[in-house]
Amino acid sequence: MTFIKAPDCETLPQGSRRHFLKGLIAAGAMALAPGVTLYKFAEAAETGVSGAVRWGMLIDINKCDDGCSACVTACSKENGWKGAGNTRTDSQWIRKVTLTNKSSGHKKSLPVMCQHCSEPPCVYVCPTGASFKRADGIVLVDKHICIGCRYCMMACPYKARSFVHEDVEGQKPHAPRGKGTVESCTLCVHRIDAGRQPACVEACEKDGGGAFIFGDLNDPESGIAKALAQYGGTAIRADLGADPGVRYLGI
Amino acid sequence: MGRLLATLLLAVVMLSGVAAADDWRVPLPKVPAAKGEQCVRDTPFMRTNHMDLLLHQRDDTVHRGIRPKKTAFNECLTCHAVPGVDGKPVTAKDPKHFCRACHDYAAVSIDCFSCHNSAPDASEVARK
Repeated sequence: MTFIKAPDCETLPQGSRRHFLKGLIAAGAMALAPGVTLYKFAEAAETGVSGAVRWGMLIDINKCDDGCSACVTACSKENGWKGAGNTRTDSQWIRKVTLTNKSSGHKKSLPVMCQHCSEPPCVYVCPTGASFKRADGIVLVDKHICIGCRYCMMACPYKARSFVHEDVEGQKPHAPRGKGTVESCTLCVHRIDAGRQPACVEACEKDGGGAFIFGDLNDPESGIAKALAQYGGTAIRADLGADPGVRYLGI
Repeated sequence: MGRLLATLLLAVVMLSGVAAADDWRVPLPKVPAAKGEQCVRDTPFMRTNHMDLLLHQRDDTVHRGIRPKKTAFNECLTCHAVPGVDGKPVTAKDPKHFCRACHDYAAVSIDCFSCHNSAPDASEVARK
């Protein structure tokens, strides 16, 4: 009889020597073919995600209309989260926030979701290891080991996480979600693993102002890295040192 | 008379014993037939080790982003879907659901379906 070895610390993605070596190989491949992102996706499907990549988003809030919520609608549809009628506790993976400049009264609307920090406070406080950062920088909840303590929700400076209070039915196969666990934006990890862009990015491009740029922050040839190099970008509450992967233009 | 009765009783018991042996001495779970010819592994292996495969695959997928179509959870549900009265696959609320057929019998509770959908998603996007 063949026994299947349970994954242990040695094989987990972070801090493993094997993944470090794999990262070096991937970095070499990228140097040979900069900007060829499909290669990276194909590799991830076979051997797991690479630490050489760090996914991020740049949101130009000058292109974000006050009345538009195409990104929120698309996220809800893609991942199957919707309100159960309790506005104080309903899940919200992405929300529109209005900023007001107190001195001038100027108002601006922008989307806020999990910022996919490189130093994520939610991961540091999690007592079970359910809150974790994938090698490519995506911060996720492993609901298999989440006990629903909600420490991560308190630790997150961006109020990005929600707790599921009600029984859930009819979940999407790529986005399981259930009562008693914490959830948040996954950066549409299932789409990224298939070489596609997150649903909010696509929806904004199609129905909104095209405010999002999604890409690999580590690749100097990627659109997002070029835009950041040219225009800069603001991280919300950069003073906290969490180094978010989501940056904003025009704040 | 008493002896005759005892003989008759013994005959009845023996006959019923023979009849039961054709079937089985205890009721067995009725495992619904699946689509396709072959599961990801052979049937005896799956019967004993499906939980290890699921556990291994879940860590590979969630933590490492390894998503082979063949071993996707949605593919398990697709092949092992049991049609209900309306022709659509039943959910785990129905005792006819593939997982429930054995798990109810063995009185082993599973909590997979408190988060995962217990009916397959047949859409092209989901099955990519």
